[in-house]
Amino acid sequence: MQVPAPFEYERATSVDHAIALMERLGDEARIVAGGHSLLPMMKLRLAMPEYLIDINDLVDELQYIRFTEDEVRIGALTRHQQLLESDELAAIFPIFRDAEKVIADPVVRNKGTLGGSLCQADPSEDLSAVCDALEAKCVIRNSSGQRVVEMHDFHRGPYETAVEDGEMLTEVRIPIKPNSSSAYHKVERRAGDWAVASAGAAVTMNGDVIADGRVGLCAVGPNLTNVQPISDALRNQPPSEELYARVGEIAAANASPATDTRGTAAYKTHLAKELTIRSLRKAVARATGQEI
Amino acid sequence: MTVTEPSANQIPTPDNNLNDQKPTGFGRMLRKEDPRFVRGLGQYCDDVTLPGMLHLAILRSPYAHARIVSIDTSAAEAHPKVKAVVTGAMLAEHGLAWMPTLSNDVQAVLATDKVRFQHQEVAFVVAEDRYSARDALELIDVEYDPLDPVIDVRKALDPDAAIIRDDLEGKTDNHCFNWQTGDDAATQAVFDDAEVTVKQEMIYPRVHPAPMETCACVADLDKVSGKLTLWSTTQAPHAHRTVYALVAGLPEHKIRIIAPDIGGGFGGKVPIYPGYVCAIVASLLIGKPVKWAEDRTENLVSTGFARDYIMIGEIAASRDGKIRAVRTNVLADHGAFNGVASPVKYPAGFFGVFTGSYDLEAAFCNMDAVFTNKAPGGVAYACSFRITEAVYLVERMVDVLAYELDMDPAELRLKNLIQPEQFPYETKTGWIYDSGDYEPTMRKAMAMAGYDELRREQAEKRERGELMGIGISFFTEAVGAGPRKDMDILGLGMADGCELRIHPTGKAVVRLSVQTQGQGHETTFAQIVAEEIGIPPEDIEVFHGDTDNTPFGLGTYGSRSTPVSGAAAALVTRKVKDKAQIIASGMLEVSVADLQWDKGSFSVKGDPTKSVTIQDIAMKAHGAGDLPEGVEGGLEAQICYNPSNLTYPFGAYICVVDVDPGTAEVKVRRFIAVDDCGTQINPMIIEGQVHGGLTDGVGMALMQMINFDEDGNCLAGSLMDYLIPTAMEVPDWETGHTVTPSPHHPIGAKGIGESATVGSPPAIVNAVVDALKPFGIRHADMPLTPSRVWEAMQGNHTPPI
Ligand SMILES: Cc1cc2nc3c(=O)[nH]c(=O)nc-3n(C[C@H](O)[C@H](O)[C@H](O)COP(=O)(O)OP(=O)(O)OC[C@H]3O[C@@H](n4cnc5c(N)ncnc54)[C@H](O)[C@@H]3O)c2cc1C
Repeated sequence: MQVPAPFEYERATSVDHAIALMERLGDEARIVAGGHSLLPMMKLRLAMPEYLIDINDLVDELQYIRFTEDEVRIGALTRHQQLLESDELAAIFPIFRDAEKVIADPVVRNKGTLGGSLCQADPSEDLSAVCDALEAKCVIRNSSGQRVVEMHDFHRGPYETAVEDGEMLTEVRIPIKPNSSSAYHKVERRAGDWAVASAGAAVTMNGDVIADGRVGLCAVGPNLTNVQPISDALRNQPPSEELYARVGEIAAANASPATDTRGTAAYKTHLAKELTIRSLRKAVARATGQEI
Repeated sequence: MTVTEPSANQIPTPDNNLNDQKPTGFGRMLRKEDPRFVRGLGQYCDDVTLPGMLHLAILRSPYAHARIVSIDTSAAEAHPKVKAVVTGAMLAEHGLAWMPTLSNDVQAVLATDKVRFQHQEVAFVVAEDRYSARDALELIDVEYDPLDPVIDVRKALDPDAAIIRDDLEGKTDNHCFNWQTGDDAATQAVFDDAEVTVKQEMIYPRVHPAPMETCACVADLDKVSGKLTLWSTTQAPHAHRTVYALVAGLPEHKIRIIAPDIGGGFGGKVPIYPGYVCAIVASLLIGKPVKWAEDRTENLVSTGFARDYIMIGEIAASRDGKIRAVRTNVLADHGAFNGVASPVKYPAGFFGVFTGSYDLEAAFCNMDAVFTNKAPGGVAYACSFRITEAVYLVERMVDVLAYELDMDPAELRLKNLIQPEQFPYETKTGWIYDSGDYEPTMRKAMAMAGYDELRREQAEKRERGELMGIGISFFTEAVGAGPRKDMDILGLGMADGCELRIHPTGKAVVRLSVQTQGQGHETTFAQIVAEEIGIPPEDIEVFHGDTDNTPFGLGTYGSRSTPVSGAAAALVTRKVKDKAQIIASGMLEVSVADLQWDKGSFSVKGDPTKSVTIQDIAMKAHGAGDLPEGVEGGLEAQICYNPSNLTYPFGAYICVVDVDPGTAEVKVRRFIAVDDCGTQINPMIIEGQVHGGLTDGVGMALMQMINFDEDGNCLAGSLMDYLIPTAMEVPDWETGHTVTPSPHHPIGAKGIGESATVGSPPAIVNAVVDALKPFGIRHADMPLTPSRVWEAMQGNHTPPI
């Protein structure tokens, strides 16, 4: 059994309470949500926080999937499993179910959260790519109020986000657009493994052309959000295999993966292309009612 | 024998309860041990808690190769909950810094002079609780002087390579041993005149047994009696006791080893690891019970690895596909200490069976083993002592030959299989295969697979650019070590004792020397006894894993339990039955010759109404009244069984894979496994063993490797890096069997525990390589991860080491 270094532990009774604790305890304190990123690091003693602030009691404040006319709002403490199971979410954003099916395993999904995933900001983490493709915005709160930041401002680099000391992520907001759909593809060495690479695409159709499209990539380089040339290449283009291939090339050109035990840089670059093509193809098929 | 085997079309399902029969003997029945396991009530080493027990944690080296300059333990000693901090220097004062390995090498318990692999044991802390022990490790200050590490096995013998084993007197290189088998000149002669020869380097990467339960022990030295009780994760309790007695100088009768439930071993719990010795020393030193339980990383990075062979294979054949000779040259990476767990006369285990299932004219192997700055090991990870490597070599090579000859690999194998009338068959490397009838097994696998139809489907798919592969392996295993004239471990002959006692009411207890790690001994051995004496398995207690209360024997590994201890159990039961027959003759007042045995009772020949059951006899044996002249009371016996040969199970495996042309992901679509392990005791348990081994094979073939960076850092220290396949990666296994009993085993049984691990990797690799045939690929090395397959498709295949 791997055992963590000593730490103090407190259960927050409200978001305000959690924030107050963080302000008081400073950078020696860490929030624990699902714990499936933080606790393994603590057990390996790669992380040795002095205080843990447990937010798992804040279900009322932080665990929800709410739909408005033009937006879905997801609380930071929403579990992977809830994202996987929500039929309403899958109807509008099928990319969530695509991705959640291949994130970790049921044990991890029962506990791991959307907020924890985004705040961990692991370059191989899938939900960031999903949120990026969907143009999500993140709500960050501190004792003086809250601010809303875009995904590419939220992610500052590997394991680094816009959430400062004394702050927490409370909600993710995703715009709902008509005539739109999305899809996600991942290559892993084994079920439950982190991605060798993955790609998610979201498209909005205007008749026969793609009015707007985005691709989010994962595990193919640091901080790969909002690849603008991809969106530029897709705008107002009729969908075609040539277009997907061209966009795939752009994805590959923007990827800067490293060779590791999951795969060579060349292979991951190839996947950036291949998975971009596959997810675009599927997203368009879904948006145009042609998915088989 | 009563075989309550369901007919072929009756497959056990949860509804038909076919696994839940109640045979008095062989047949399907649920495992007796499972009620406690499925309810989480197993008792493992780490569940053992004794009053006043302390906890031990080990400090490990961050370097692969470094001289130890100094160790400062003062801060750790000052920790309020720490009871002792021990270094190699302190052990050396008592002559305990080094211990023997199972291969007559030595291994450091705690490093004294230098560290020789990353994560080597350097010091230990004993504290009041597990957390404090671990915390205190951070307070030990070790100064290292890093040395050049030897990581690339191919460079280990370079003249300028650093010398790892300078502890061995006069050692001037990293050579560990050379080993040869077969006839070099005869083999060369066949190669000289062969129409076709093929040659291919292939690598069996370093892998790890990675059992669910890591290694652990609780050492308790009783101050009053001077007796050491050691609860330990061991597959071989008796052998361990003797080794501890020899190392620690404790008298053997003052050592009791208890192996409680074990959560998987796969060979990894055969060696003695420094952690066990440290716990014993700590208990001696402090006079309290001490627990050591390694964590997952420690298990993966420091306990016995398996394989790590670079093999150059060669086949000489005729143009029409007659295989004439097999030759191989092997470079074996043994890590920092030679810790191979094999019978001593077999430094390469049973690799000598690399001649496979084929009738050859000649064969030869030359092997050089070297030391590197990596963890020691070379354990029989479900491999029957290196047969996994041997079978991989020959079965991969046969496919290489099929590629060269453009011949169907099934046809090529069928053409070369040893014929039934040739058994017992002596191979060109001196192994005597006891029995076999190979072709029907191969044909059965092909029929189950629909082989011809699969080839047609493949041809159509290739037309469309789809990548489908069909891979075959036909293997012969050599299990049940072994005849004591040839086989011993550190001088201990590999024979097994067994003791059977029938209680007065006709219930029984059978005591075994072997130790189950999940193989189902409590069921299988009860069934063996039941078959012989007619007492239902549920009335037979199988007792094992406690050296004070079981007869001596060498333990469970290399699929030896059923071949050796299973034979012992059958024979001891026959001995008891012989005595029962004499008592029955007295009870029925007829001569022994006039008695007839119907499983469970003796009756008078010709008058079945006059009979006594084994239970009646047991009561008589213990009860009042006279027994026949010269017969003692009681109904029990003990024997020690020395096998006359190994047993040679075999099988034909066919694997079907689909490879995604875009992502190079390999999907194992079907896997057909037809095994022949001779007489089947419990078909359900056999299938369970096969399923586990096949899953293991998928792991090795597609995803696993213990790898290192150039500084010798182990990159596979967690199960996020070292992947264990799950139900998601494997198909519904399609199993079948043929039955060719072993002629020398009392019930005709052969081992089955490792067949599937041995036979499946080549079938899977052959299937993937077959799928890649359109790319002109003849060979690709494991692990066939998507990335490695894709690189091969680009023409960039690189060996993993
Ligand atoms: C075996 C395994 C396999 C996995 N496989 C995958 C995979 O394939 N794909 C994938 O994407 N992920 C994978 N994960 C990661 C998993 O999804 C994690 O649960 C997730 O990344 C983190 O969520 P959490 O709620 O567990 O976060 P925690 O571990 O609790 O926290 C992670 C970090 O975020 C911070 N944090 C958490 N919530 C907030 C908040 N509301 N505001 C500010 N900071 C916060 C914490 O302080 C901590 O630093 C895997 C994990 C495991 C253990």
